[in-house]
Amino acid sequence: MSYVLGLKCRECGEKYPQKGVHVCEVCFGPLEVQYDYAAMRGKVTRESIESKPRNLWRYRDLLPINGEPKAGLSSGWTPLRRAHNLEKVLGVKELYIKDDSANYPTWSYKERVVSVAITKAIELGYDTVGCASTGNLANSVAAHAAVAGLKAFVMIPHDLEQGKVLGSLIFGPTMVRIEGNYDDVNRLCSEIADKYKWAIVNVNLRPFYTEGAKTFGFEVAEQLGWRLPKHTVCPTAGGTILPKIYKAYQEFIDLGLVADNAPKIYSAQAAGCNPVVEAIRAGHDLIKPQKPKTIAKSIAIGNPADGFYVVQAVKQSGGWGEDATDAEIVDAIKLLARTEGTWTEPAGGTTLAATIKLINSGRIPRDESICVCITGNGLKTVEVVVDQLEPPTSIPPKLDAFDALMATYQAQQAKTPAKVPAGV
Amino acid sequence: MAVKIRIPTPLRSVTNGADMVEVQAGTVDEALKNLCAQFSGMEKRLYKQPGELNRFVNIYVNDEDIRFLNNLQTPIKDGDDISVVPAIAGG
Ligand SMILES: Cc1ncc(COP(=O)(O)O)c(C=O)c1O
Ligand SMILES: [Zn+2]
Repeated sequence: MSYVLGLKCRECGEKYPQKGVHVCEVCFGPLEVQYDYAAMRGKVTRESIESKPRNLWRYRDLLPINGEPKAGLSSGWTPLRRAHNLEKVLGVKELYIKDDSANYPTWSYKERVVSVAITKAIELGYDTVGCASTGNLANSVAAHAAVAGLKAFVMIPHDLEQGKVLGSLIFGPTMVRIEGNYDDVNRLCSEIADKYKWAIVNVNLRPFYTEGAKTFGFEVAEQLGWRLPKHTVCPTAGGTILPKIYKAYQEFIDLGLVADNAPKIYSAQAAGCNPVVEAIRAGHDLIKPQKPKTIAKSIAIGNPADGFYVVQAVKQSGGWGEDATDAEIVDAIKLLARTEGTWTEPAGGTTLAATIKLINSGRIPRDESICVCITGNGLKTVEVVVDQLEPPTSIPPKLDAFDALMATYQAQQAKTPAKVPAGV
Repeated sequence: MAVKIRIPTPLRSVTNGADMVEVQAGTVDEALKNLCAQFSGMEKRLYKQPGELNRFVNIYVNDEDIRFLNNLQTPIKDGDDISVVPAIAGG
């Protein structure tokens, strides 16, 4: 049973059947999946969802597939944890970490969009999938394509971290490094999608792909006990996930699955690539593209296609935008690891650093519930912390050597005051 | 100046399938206007109103986004290459 009606242009309203098209032929606007929400009433319920397996497909009634899921049967349902230690450090009452650094199998939020896109690619009869990626998407496409037996072509900018490169290559795709930044990769991929008959997940499968990001928001709501956080802080690159989390919240509200607490959503970007945050600050919805310069490479998209919709969702919800410098990003990565035991990549560091600034500036009140969206894993980006951590001491395997070390260690401890975590 | 305009798939229904169209122009705006004059239906796909492109239309001159140059007033040299590219989701 599928509730999908078809595709519709978000700008001009033109309608299309379900196929591999990504932009409206009339105005170039993005296409959005239309559902028969009236038919869902009374059928898509808390109980119907709770009866399904604990992976992202438990929300399949709200996803654009016609048959059975073909990818990602172990993806999603990542931890939502109350962050008591961070609450103390930041001086807030109720803080949650939604932790997609633990999303299987390639450790980022991208499993959500890719699971839907690969299923759709198979439904539409493609034998080759591809993507334009800042790293995480390529990892996920390569892994899920391997399982599904599809050929994969993944395109990335030339200067990515080694973990992101190897994290794709291990799955055996054809990987192409493009001598340029992500926006160059993107542009090339739109031309490739035109010429070759491939399913490029974030180009011609984009309307289906982006819907998968809603599962992040659905999970937050269900795991919070069928309730929405008042404030959600989310990273922005191309602008897929933020509007889709907000859409997920609104769908659950409309279906009567959660109470409407007027949730607010906030966009986090790196200071070295902040076109969306700049637009939010300036109060207009025209996004001025930038040439990115930041360690947060996974979110370094200077010309975000869906930036306009991020600004709209943020504005409509009453949220805001905030950015973080590279130093603040690294401090936040360390803080999250040292308080909550989660090692995130710079996208997560950006989100936590922005959250801290939004709290300190009074934009987010300290006594209301806050959800920080952690979307990627730090093991893929060791480069950003390798020079920021004290290297371990090396000693011979002798107890007196260890005793000597402990003596200097204790002397040091006596001198230094109690440690205040960085980033506060 | 003679310039080539690369036409993406979604616009080829308007150009009778052509993926490349040559026009004479001194600026990007002139080039696009000449394109619109050749093919009916092109104008409403590219322009929201005269002088303002649709939100999701990106124009590149020799691989540079015109928003980093002089927007629609960006000057054109002989042999320049203009691409019309729809915006794409991130990754
Ligand atoms: C770890 C991580 N977080 C967040 C994002 C944000 O992506 P978008 O705004 O394109 O959904 C990305 C995109 O590549 C990412 O890799
Ligand atoms: Zn349209």
